[in-house]
Amino acid sequence: MSAETPHRFKPDAPRVALFATCLVDMFRPTVGFATAKLLEDAGCVVEVPRGQTCCGQPAWNSGDRKGAQEVAKKTVEALEGFDYVVAPSGSCAATIAKDYPAIFKGVAGWEDRATALAGRTHEIVSFLTDVMLVDAIAASHDGKVTYHDSCSGLRSLGVKEQPRKLLSSVNGLELAEMEDSEVCCGFGGTFCVKFPDISNKMVGDKIASISATGADTILAGDLGCLMNMSGKLSREGKPVKARHVVEVLAGMTDAPAIGEGRS
Amino acid sequence: MTAHAPTTREFKSNARDALANETLQHALVSTRAGFVGKRAKARAALPEFEDIRDAGRDLKNHTLANLDLYLEQYESKVTEAGGHVHWAETAEDAQKIVLDICRRVGAKTVNKGKSMISEEIGINDYLEESGVKAVETDLGEYIIQLRGETPSHIVAPAVHVTVPEVDELFRERHPQFDPDRRLDHAAMLAEARSVLREKYFQAEVGITGANILVAETGQSVIVTNEGNGDLSQSLPKVHIVLASIEKIAPTLEDATTILRLLGRSATGQAMTSYTTFSSGPRRADDPDGPEEYHVVLLDNGRTEMLGGEFQDMLRCIRCAACMNHCPVFQSVGGHAYGWVYPGPMGAVLTPSLIGVEEGGQLPNASTFCGRCEAVCPMRIPLPKLMRHWREREFEKHLSPKSVRGGLGLWAFFASRPRLYRLVSRIGAGALRALAGKKGRMASVPLASGWTSHRDLPAPEGGTFVDLWSKKTEANK
Repeated sequence: MSAETPHRFKPDAPRVALFATCLVDMFRPTVGFATAKLLEDAGCVVEVPRGQTCCGQPAWNSGDRKGAQEVAKKTVEALEGFDYVVAPSGSCAATIAKDYPAIFKGVAGWEDRATALAGRTHEIVSFLTDVMLVDAIAASHDGKVTYHDSCSGLRSLGVKEQPRKLLSSVNGLELAEMEDSEVCCGFGGTFCVKFPDISNKMVGDKIASISATGADTILAGDLGCLMNMSGKLSREGKPVKARHVVEVLAGMTDAPAIGEGRS
Repeated sequence: MTAHAPTTREFKSNARDALANETLQHALVSTRAGFVGKRAKARAALPEFEDIRDAGRDLKNHTLANLDLYLEQYESKVTEAGGHVHWAETAEDAQKIVLDICRRVGAKTVNKGKSMISEEIGINDYLEESGVKAVETDLGEYIIQLRGETPSHIVAPAVHVTVPEVDELFRERHPQFDPDRRLDHAAMLAEARSVLREKYFQAEVGITGANILVAETGQSVIVTNEGNGDLSQSLPKVHIVLASIEKIAPTLEDATTILRLLGRSATGQAMTSYTTFSSGPRRADDPDGPEEYHVVLLDNGRTEMLGGEFQDMLRCIRCAACMNHCPVFQSVGGHAYGWVYPGPMGAVLTPSLIGVEEGGQLPNASTFCGRCEAVCPMRIPLPKLMRHWREREFEKHLSPKSVRGGLGLWAFFASRPRLYRLVSRIGAGALRALAGKKGRMASVPLASGWTSHRDLPAPEGGTFVDLWSKKTEANK
């Protein structure tokens, strides 16, 4: 794929830094490769800067401004200098795009850099539809899926119709909307371990909504939510697979689903 | 301090109890859909709703920036009309002011319309201790008063009580009626009404809250659906309005902007059944009305919020849309929050009013899903304000040591990319080995918070950044 790269792209093809996010990096490289494929298919030159770690959201949402700055500085250093930064996560993309200016407010030498980076940072699916103007995908997937609207993507970045639009172009795929698809799954980063009982109640409600659709697969745009829902589905013995939406869009569903064993 | 001591520190155990309480869970499920659906319908029917939200936010911001001016204007208008304005810096001040008025007129019974400020200052218990009986006349408030409880919701105080529970309660507490009577919704309302009707004529003093105080006219405004507030304030000789200082709106026009947002956000109503403007004591040619009209203006920590990062919270009009849409509130109900104000608005307001040491759990009990901010008619950035509280907590070293330690460790690695690569490679490998072929783990050392309720999906193997580098190297 990459060997052909120079010939496939126009000279003015946008250079995109793929920010994998810490969860995808460690738990599900398939999501990273699917994101890269979608970006390349859309005509972008993709790079994966090795200096990337975490966006700093855990510290920021826990009230640790200094810790958040410390981590976010590394992210700024790793990701600046590209036309765009794209992440397979509404949550991490929103941290950079919406919170970085606040995280670095008043920090000399960093506020401008962070704000510039914020303006170039996007969540993958909305980047494809809204920036690269992709309106259909050449992929096929046989089955009935349902889609969970992860909170940050939905409410901070306005990701709602974009994944549905692209999914509707996937051959063989049927989308069955669940009730309360916009209600939080109970992950919430550190929330799920700080308040395990409440989180359990919320994810219990969520998998009930998922199961009620009769879908064989739950899709979403954030790995944190997906690991939460997948972990609860398997604990409850529900035969629903969990995948990141880009896996389906990129036609990369050969790998076992999230939490699924190797045969 | 208020009569009901906060149990905010016990939020986690309160929440566990609430989750295990089947009756409560049943009550929460049956009301949730109602509030959310009705608001959505009301919003959809008013195309300019989002513009009115902007107007509401702007008028509140303007009012807060000029609060002293409008409060003085309000006071002079009330005085002109023959009423009295009392300034209460603390809850205790407000309690004393109310009791003094009751004593002066020799009141034995006080009728109350629904008022969250009266809960904040714990006036019922305080009056009771001083020999004055306070009777709640709002149906929901009446029910919880009979049960010896506090409201679990700021608009629907008895939302945690099921119909069979009310049935049982009324049969026990209203022995004057036929024990074999049928009690459906309408019959319950009629029964409460007939009991309360008597009490309206016994009370010497009526206490109401205020949804809005209009500076240009000196009027106080209440919105109700039962009409009980009107009777509470017009039948007794003395009417006391309990209100906090941020309830001010400059003009009647501004009041209408707030009213257009309030009913729709709270119950999905364009207007509540009753919207009542009180303009002071009875005038010579009025057919009825109170002889005395008092307004107790409560500060109780609010001026401390002015000009600071929590000022936005003072725009709140107490519609409860935030808690109706909050998945945490909907999971545990209002009592778990442990003080007067539950849900997202309570998570921000409570630490402001009783201290972050006491109320710090509440702003942590949120996934920051943002649904509260999305529906707040005053566009209060509730998650952002909760995060501010977490920052204050972190600065004061109030956050748990385990959390601070974990975050410190994470920041250490995440700010050293080379070390991070090594550690994430080892971590992914170790978890994968632990899972074996199963692809998920039912228990993981040090991760019981996660695995007590759900499996942990195993890593696929290798980190993405490493795999990508390998692939691009190979293709060179």
